Amino acid sequence: MTTNLVIRGTMLFSVGVFLALVLNLLQVQRNVTLFPPDVISSIFSSAWWVPPCCGTASAMIGLLYPCIDSRLGEPHKFKREWSSVMRCVAVFVGINHASAKVDFANNVQLSLTLAALSIGLWWTFDRSRSGFGLGIGIALLATLATQLLVYNGVFQYTSPDFLYIRSWLPCIFFAGVITMGNIGRQLALYEYKVVQEKTHQD
Amino acid sequence: MTLRERLREKISAAFYHHGLLCASYPVPIILFTSASILTCCYPLLRLPLPGTGPVEFTTGVRDYTVPSHEPQGDLGERPDWYRGPPVAYIQQVLVKAAVSPWDSSLVPVDVFRSPLGRVFSLLEEIRNHVHSDSTGVRSLEALCLQVTDLLPGLRRMQSVLPEHGCLLVSPGNYWQNQRELFDSDPDPLKTIQKHEPKGLHTSATLRDLLFGVPGKHTGVSHYNRKRVVTYTITVVLVSYDTRFLGSLRSRLKQLHPSANCSLRDDHMVHVHFKEEIGIAELIPLVTTYIILFAYIYFSTRKIDMVKSKWGLALAAVVTVLSSLLMSVGLCTLFGLTPTLNGGEIFPYLVVVIGLENVLVLTKSVVSTPVDLEVKLRIAQGLSNESWSIMKNMATELCIILIGYFTLVPAIQEFCLFAVVGLVSDFFLQMFFFTTVLSIDIRRMELADLNRRLPAEAGLPPPKPGPLRPREAPPPPRPSPHTITLQTPAFRNLRLPKRLRVVYFLARTRLAQRIIMVGTVIWIGILVYTDPAGLRTYLAAQVSEQSPLGDSGGGGLPPHLGVAPVFHAGDPTSTLSVLPAPEPTPLPENQSQGHHGSAGAGPRPQVPPAVPQITWGAEDEEGWRRLSFRHWPSLFSYYNITLAKRYISILPVIPVTLHLSPQEAIETRHPQDTRHPPPPIPKVSADLQTDLTLYKVAALGLAAGVLLVLLLFCLYRVLCPRNYGQNGVAHGRRRRGDLPCDDYGYSPPVSEISPLLLRGHSMDIECLASDGMLLASCCLAGQIRVWDAQTGDCLTVIPNHGLRRSSSSGCWEQRDGWDSVGGATEPECLGSDYLLRRRSVPARPTLFTDQPDLTPLIDTNFTCQPPSHLATPPRGGFDFGGLVERAYLEHESPSLGDAPTLPAQDRASTAGTQATADWDSSVWAMELRGNLIAAGRSSGKLELWDAVEGSLRCSNEDGVSGITALAFLNNRIVAARLNGSLDFFTVEINKPLGLLQYRGAPGRGSMPPSPCYSSEDVISCQLTRSVQCAHQKPITVLRAAAGRVVTGSQDHTVRVYRLEDSCCLFTLQGHSGGITAIYIDQTMVLASGGQDGAICLWDVLTGSRVSHVYGHRGDVTSLVCTTSCVISSGLDDLICIWDRSTGIKLYSIQQEVGCGASLGVISESLLVTGGQGCVSFWDLNFGDLLQTVYLGQSSDGQGVRQLLVLDNAAIVCDFGSELSLVYVPSVLEKLD
Repeated sequence: MTTNLVIRGTMLFSVGVFLALVLNLLQVQRNVTLFPPDVISSIFSSAWWVPPCCGTASAMIGLLYPCIDSRLGEPHKFKREWSSVMRCVAVFVGINHASAKVDFANNVQLSLTLAALSIGLWWTFDRSRSGFGLGIGIALLATLATQLLVYNGVFQYTSPDFLYIRSWLPCIFFAGVITMGNIGRQLALYEYKVVQEKTHQD
Repeated sequence: MTLRERLREKISAAFYHHGLLCASYPVPIILFTSASILTCCYPLLRLPLPGTGPVEFTTGVRDYTVPSHEPQGDLGERPDWYRGPPVAYIQQVLVKAAVSPWDSSLVPVDVFRSPLGRVFSLLEEIRNHVHSDSTGVRSLEALCLQVTDLLPGLRRMQSVLPEHGCLLVSPGNYWQNQRELFDSDPDPLKTIQKHEPKGLHTSATLRDLLFGVPGKHTGVSHYNRKRVVTYTITVVLVSYDTRFLGSLRSRLKQLHPSANCSLRDDHMVHVHFKEEIGIAELIPLVTTYIILFAYIYFSTRKIDMVKSKWGLALAAVVTVLSSLLMSVGLCTLFGLTPTLNGGEIFPYLVVVIGLENVLVLTKSVVSTPVDLEVKLRIAQGLSNESWSIMKNMATELCIILIGYFTLVPAIQEFCLFAVVGLVSDFFLQMFFFTTVLSIDIRRMELADLNRRLPAEAGLPPPKPGPLRPREAPPPPRPSPHTITLQTPAFRNLRLPKRLRVVYFLARTRLAQRIIMVGTVIWIGILVYTDPAGLRTYLAAQVSEQSPLGDSGGGGLPPHLGVAPVFHAGDPTSTLSVLPAPEPTPLPENQSQGHHGSAGAGPRPQVPPAVPQITWGAEDEEGWRRLSFRHWPSLFSYYNITLAKRYISILPVIPVTLHLSPQEAIETRHPQDTRHPPPPIPKVSADLQTDLTLYKVAALGLAAGVLLVLLLFCLYRVLCPRNYGQNGVAHGRRRRGDLPCDDYGYSPPVSEISPLLLRGHSMDIECLASDGMLLASCCLAGQIRVWDAQTGDCLTVIPNHGLRRSSSSGCWEQRDGWDSVGGATEPECLGSDYLLRRRSVPARPTLFTDQPDLTPLIDTNFTCQPPSHLATPPRGGFDFGGLVERAYLEHESPSLGDAPTLPAQDRASTAGTQATADWDSSVWAMELRGNLIAAGRSSGKLELWDAVEGSLRCSNEDGVSGITALAFLNNRIVAARLNGSLDFFTVEINKPLGLLQYRGAPGRGSMPPSPCYSSEDVISCQLTRSVQCAHQKPITVLRAAAGRVVTGSQDHTVRVYRLEDSCCLFTLQGHSGGITAIYIDQTMVLASGGQDGAICLWDVLTGSRVSHVYGHRGDVTSLVCTTSCVISSGLDDLICIWDRSTGIKLYSIQQEVGCGASLGVISESLLVTGGQGCVSFWDLNFGDLLQTVYLGQSSDGQGVRQLLVLDNAAIVCDFGSELSLVYVPSVLEKLD
């Protein structure tokens, strides 16, 4: 059981790290029009601890979701398929892409659009109250934590436009939480199946 | 009925009709859809192909005006991008400088030091140039592109590139445009080299940027043989002023006239740059595509229960892709040019449109009742899902509409595309995919028709067997024996999903393919995105070679003349030439050295070589030889992107500089003379370029090797050789290890228990099956009939002959006839259904080598049930008298120890009647329908009812023992020991309709049906007897396709026609007795003999097709598939031959003493019997797939007979037991 948990955690962690790297790349593109050749190295050198943090967070979220589902006693039944999960991840990346690539008129518009997209993501792939609550909570917490970090000077935005970041961060966090929760649930479902099969065999 | 319900009903009905339409006219609809797709995609042809190479457009200089922003109608060949002012105008001043005349006192550094030094004065000239006329005063400061600061992160460039003011680059930038720095630079080359990046670069380097010509053409090197230095001063102007540029041009020309220059200066070239795709942008893109493919994979994986999974998956993907193309095409048609990057939004579009509907449709159609007509299935499936499809579609459209009102142009455009894509996707789903699905379903039904009933074992809802009321299949019996089974032929095994994924990876060699594809893509990207880089490099290589060839003719004589000079110019001789005034200059006393070198004059005895400065057409647009990323990278340093914009390149201003040797010497740095001239000046230039080439090649090779090693290590780490074998009891594997193929994985293992059919007391002699039933006969003469699917024993026909003592030899059939309707045994009636066990001391005389078997023999004997008695005899057989006699004779010893058999057996054997013919054993047996034909050693042919166990008729026309039997249609062919061949006809008194043919064993397609009802009176008459069909005993008899083929000890094979018993051919060709014959419905005939030869014959003409020697010793068994012939011999070898050419494909050496039995389950699956086991082989590769052990203590017993049933089960004898092994996974769908 614990090995399974560890495996799940590791998978979620790696997914989180990977997504963090890729999405970071997207955000970097936003600020620079053309790249000097050493852009890759600059990405990895920016803040080494960001991807691991994201990975850890995603692992926690991904484990938390199925746990809460089972605690609440309302197993998640909606669209339990890998294809749906993949779709969810793709939409999540798309939201990031949009926030990075699309030029919005102002930050309010950006915020609203992203919020609508995130809610749409939740509606399309999750539709569970617990998922929504957890998503909102974690998004708020994460935004707060980021703000604190920035406040204390641990971390700096590359972009001088501070409001811009603040306008998309909660939405991205929310969408990310939903996505990771989706993945985590799917993994848990798989494990549940394995356990069931085992008991069946025994 | 609410509106909603009414709407729902309407939609459902519409979909139903649509489904009917699609399934009825598949071909026209597919054609129509394809046509509409093509039509909608047609506007795409006008879109430019995506690419990143720059595009050029040339205009004249004289009438040049800045193009306006608005498109002005049709302007001929004017491209779309040529609108508005360019980002910048590039004015290049191309300087060619040479020290002339050249004399031998000059050192190689002189070639470029003083020419480079002149750049500073030129720069001054350009910077300070002022043009003043009536409209005002213009200077460069006003016109040039003012740059502010370099991109952060380019600190190392800071000292070189201008950080503020005009963007004006020249080689002087290396020395901050200060003459003093240059003069005091001991080694300019080193300074230049210092800024070069270390790695391999195909794009613009700093050197290219500053010099403005490709590095090799600058001439700034020690090995410059032409001694002409070329560089440019690049001025970037933000606005175009004809007068100023004209005056600058004339001024420079006036100052430095180029005598033989005829460069054209009336064209300016506008270069438009496409969007750049950097690696940083590529990574997210690749990620989205990976996610997209994962999505597609996981979606299409769910398609199931169709004929061709891959076909449908492809159709689904095609549906989505072409709907996207259609949407783009339609948008283009209505004037909406896509401004978004198609490659970027494409995955999201696919995800938005989704494959869900397609899958839902498939699922719905597949789950309709199978027995419906295809049309109706499609229609029903469609209408079932119509409501949800419409609902989803409406929801998606709503969401997209909401997105449209975000009023962000990019999102609006995306939404527009998505809406059109959704609609066209719906259209395609309805027309294209539904039709494809209907075709697929139809194909599947056809395939299922061709397959016989047992094929349904692979389908979840098994059809009830129509033959006879049969008990439900019993739960799998617990058996101690486990067998293991392996793919690749077995894909339907229930494996853990994880293993299946890994296995899928391994089977499709996904890793290798991905690496391969990745490499190809990588190379493609390299070539595609950086064509100029590579191309210029290659072109440079080529052009480097060709001038050398020229110089072999033209340039060589002066060179040869110079050669001694050069020889004298090596360090020692230079010093010796300048002995007195130049003591070896120390590094610290520079001024002294400077003066010293200054004092060195030209040597008069050396004929001066004048470096020729020539202007050619290639100088006209020298920038073309630069990397096409030259300009973008220059601008990108100042955070100006050229993507989707253009620059205008003005005609170059040529400047020719001739420097006197004196000047060259004056500008020398004291350390210059200390530079050693090239050791091998002639080849070094080539060598250098070659060396870079070699370096590149070596680096690439090393990187490749490293990559391969790395991947290999990864592979080893990730795929240990023994995965897949976890948790399986290995103890039972006696025949070597489980096969582990070349790729290092061994198959996942599943366990199947062979079904052991117990009941016979002695070794099994004959085995016959018709697919549904299985008849076996043991040495004791007992015939048992089993259900081939469940393994239940249906009937036991005891051998009564063994009961008979030797004294009573001549009971006749007549006896029975006489006593028709006679008295029945009262005791029998009383002890209703009592089974008696009798032991009989008598021994059959034929098999003298047998052990004493009498204690083992069960002789189940029951008397006639009263129900049977009640039926009035209709001239059939009644053996009441016989029974009576038998009982009378043997009553006493056995009454007490009669065991009670299970009720089922009792019931089934209740109707068994005692028969005559006691002292013979069964030598041959065949089973068709409900009839068992048994040929006895006495020459008697008996027909038994397989279900009731009653003797239906017998024929005693022959006296010689029947060695082989063939039962085809209503004919029975019996081969006898004396070489004669008897043809019998089975006739029943009922109308012929009841006698239904069961088809030939193997691939028949008719469902089994009751053949002979018990009321029928069956007679078996000898229609023809071919005496002396063979000179010697007939060993093999096979019948198929209306032919009977016999093989005999007399080395010949004969072919008879079944209908009229006419001998068609006598096939001679073997030099030994015939031991094995194979014939099937396709009229292929193969025979094998004691000589080890295998012959293939054409049954229609009787000619020998091929003749091969394959075995040392007898050929024991022969089987054919459609492509190959499989033979096994006494030498324990299994040979696989190509059927058409007769070439041996490969052979398998088996263990000594394994059985000779062979069977082919499917085209690629061979089963062989061995010592206590059966082995499965992959015919395509000759791999041992699996060995199934039939029992624990089976060492001594080999499998001698092996029958492949139609439901892909195999039956083999195993001592006194029969073993029924199911190979369920063979029942995979034929896709």
